[in-house]
Amino acid sequence: MIKITKRAELPKRQEYVIRAIAILFSLICAGLVIAILGFNPLSVFHQIVLGALGTELRIQQTIVKAIPLIITSLGILVAFKMKFWNIGGEGQIVMGAFGASLVALNIPETFPAPLALAAMAGAAVVVGGIWAFIPAMFKAKFGTNETIFTLMMNYIAIKWVTYLQYGPWKDPESQGFPKIANFTPNAVLPSLFGVHIGWIFALVLVVLVYIFINHTKKGFEITVVGESIETARYAGMNINSVIITSMLISGGLCGLTGMIQASAIERTLTATLSGGYGFTAIITTWLGRLSAPIILVVCIAFAILLQGGAYLQIAMAVPAAVADMIQGIILFFVLGSEFFLTYKLSFSGIQRRKKEVA
Amino acid sequence: MQSNVAIQMENISKTFGVIKANEDVNLTVYSGEVHALLGENGAGKSTLMNMLSGIYSPDSGSIFIQGQEVRFSSPKDSIKLGIGMIHQHFKLVDVLTAKENIVLGQSGSFFMKGRELTKKVKAISDQYGLDINPDKKVYDMSVGEKQTLEIIKVLYRGAKILIMDEPTAVLTPQEIKKLFRIIRNMKEQGCAVIIITHKLNEVMEISDRITVLRKGCSIQTVETAGVAVPNLIEMMVGKKVDLAIEKKKLEEKKTLLDVDGVQVIDSEKKHALEDVSFTLFGGEILGVAGVAGSGQKELCETIAGLIHAEKGRIFFDGENIVGKTPRDIIRLGIRMGFIPEDRLGMGLVGSMDIVHNIILKDYQNQPGVFLKRAECAEKANKIVKKLDIQTPGIHSPVKKLSGGNIQKVLLGREIDSDPKVLITAYPVRGLDIGASYKIYDLLNEQKEKGVGVLFIGEDLDVLIDLCDRIMVLCNGRITGIVDPSGVSKEEIGLLMTGGTMEKEATA
Repeated sequence: MIKITKRAELPKRQEYVIRAIAILFSLICAGLVIAILGFNPLSVFHQIVLGALGTELRIQQTIVKAIPLIITSLGILVAFKMKFWNIGGEGQIVMGAFGASLVALNIPETFPAPLALAAMAGAAVVVGGIWAFIPAMFKAKFGTNETIFTLMMNYIAIKWVTYLQYGPWKDPESQGFPKIANFTPNAVLPSLFGVHIGWIFALVLVVLVYIFINHTKKGFEITVVGESIETARYAGMNINSVIITSMLISGGLCGLTGMIQASAIERTLTATLSGGYGFTAIITTWLGRLSAPIILVVCIAFAILLQGGAYLQIAMAVPAAVADMIQGIILFFVLGSEFFLTYKLSFSGIQRRKKEVA
Repeated sequence: MQSNVAIQMENISKTFGVIKANEDVNLTVYSGEVHALLGENGAGKSTLMNMLSGIYSPDSGSIFIQGQEVRFSSPKDSIKLGIGMIHQHFKLVDVLTAKENIVLGQSGSFFMKGRELTKKVKAISDQYGLDINPDKKVYDMSVGEKQTLEIIKVLYRGAKILIMDEPTAVLTPQEIKKLFRIIRNMKEQGCAVIIITHKLNEVMEISDRITVLRKGCSIQTVETAGVAVPNLIEMMVGKKVDLAIEKKKLEEKKTLLDVDGVQVIDSEKKHALEDVSFTLFGGEILGVAGVAGSGQKELCETIAGLIHAEKGRIFFDGENIVGKTPRDIIRLGIRMGFIPEDRLGMGLVGSMDIVHNIILKDYQNQPGVFLKRAECAEKANKIVKKLDIQTPGIHSPVKKLSGGNIQKVLLGREIDSDPKVLITAYPVRGLDIGASYKIYDLLNEQKEKGVGVLFIGEDLDVLIDLCDRIMVLCNGRITGIVDPSGVSKEEIGLLMTGGTMEKEATA
């Protein structure tokens, strides 16, 4: 019979060992599935790495995928740190893009690019922030469930942009195609080293969010509210204001992702530009254990899988879904390993035998 | 003494990780005796009892029930053998009746046979002298009734061996008397009763024999009749402890806090506090007694500005503080330390270290947007040294500390800020004797410095020994403010249940 008992404490090293074993098992398991599909698992893994990092261009593509993931994860982190389950990243991205487009589509072509981009980013942060502020306010005032609320806000945001795309903002020059006009060049993020400068934003934000959470008073308040609302109350914190501030930041960061995607990737506003990053970021944030530097690493790893998966399809005629599957399997094992970090299994049969020896 | 052995535990050992919770513990309990299990926190009492009730299984050693060696793999096995545990926190379903709670989780026929059940419950009640209405809903019951129901529940399952974990912690003196009558009845019926408690005078009153545990080992089993309280303490602590709480009279009465006609209505529209008026002087410890949930928490939170008073005023240094924010009230020098049942929930963040828990009350006074840790680390070191807090370091999470040390962190933080008024609720909750007296000393030290201390307590003996005056709350009203030197425990108990007293002291 198997008995489950709580672990007293786990040394850091053993914790890493358990996590490493989890990742190893997930790769073995993914390999098995790939083998069943009739491919050689080793060469599939090899192709994934090759596809993501094989050439300069591929590396650039991987970074392009990592950027929105990182910034969105940082936004989600600020909310999750407070145990506010913001799963409305998608909506906040789309609304941020909407905010940026509002500026981009209404400025003259001659407007200086730095100013235009700054205004777009500002608008994106504000609109994304407002999109997160609404559920935060309802939570603070009426105690509504933020999980459902933020989720529903996603659909409203996406449908709103779809409406704009098919209705009032439809580009008259698109010959009936439901598409919003392209941004003028001054509203497009410039590139550095072959990748749009979103990567600089991402790196700077990782540092800023790390400092914010770990070294500022507001960050401390957010952490305390997340750990124990009662303690925060007894320490005289204004909990509603903490909830609202942190959600404004959370939504603002997601909104910034929207601006980057609209400006640098799509060069216009589309209802699909969030591309699932809002949801994937929940996973990366969680795997990153709510720590900005780890999130950076996890997001890059995920981007490698995404990019490598897309390459698989071309190189080996393996469905790109295989990469998604590998992602799922890794997640399953890593999250599953949490159980073994807090509990220990013992087999009473073994115990009994030991007793007989003794 | 009957010689039939109900429980025999031999050389029981149990380790959790690196901690030896029990090491070669021996315990023998006879049928028809009340056996007290004594020991400081962390001595291994709960672990031992959890093994007896099948929640844990021992690493080595053997357990004999009525002479049969047993090996439990789940609590079900132990229930089958007639062992029933009554936990400190009742495990009852509020919206169900007494009867329904009794049959809950029992395997039996699909439909409940109401009348038959009532008859059976009645039979058990009569046999042991218990008094319960089988059709009363649990939410209508007093704490005493709930406990009676818990007892009936285990007896209904055929328990002949009862384990009671701190059964008197939440009861009034009258209810304790009643409980002891029930325990004696069970004893006469041949049950074996194991009682875990910190209150030594109760041990002396009810038990036949006592087993003392210390640091996971069984130290000694003694006959209650042949032992005195100081000996027991020495066995528990391992050294002699001075038990006198010295109480200095306050000389001048300087009013610090003047609470005037405060009314608080809670979220369920219940009057949590009703017309509460009292004065707290500097240099005194004002005790607050009352059955759990009589408005103690609301009183603390109202003074601290955490909940809004519907009516009334609270003057501090002549200034009305009702309507001020908690932050302002903290700045004025009114500090509160409330120890909730889980010890952590209200004052400390368990996953954070001592430094960050000290920052919790300090950071708002720091200028700028950044958190300054260096100062607080210094403070943390000072508090750790001064209060002799046992910790691997100021950077280990407080939830890893033992209960006593957690409470010292909390109290140390509040005291360190040089408060003018110190509200402390249940500061010794669950603490062992040594740690409790350390806390009393700290409070007395504050009192001598002229701080007004509001002490919300559970143990009437302590309230009487420690406090200069005792205020009794019942259902949110003050039923009396008495001079502890002039009242008995029973009189305070009467006030706690709503009685009024003729000689209301005006001290």
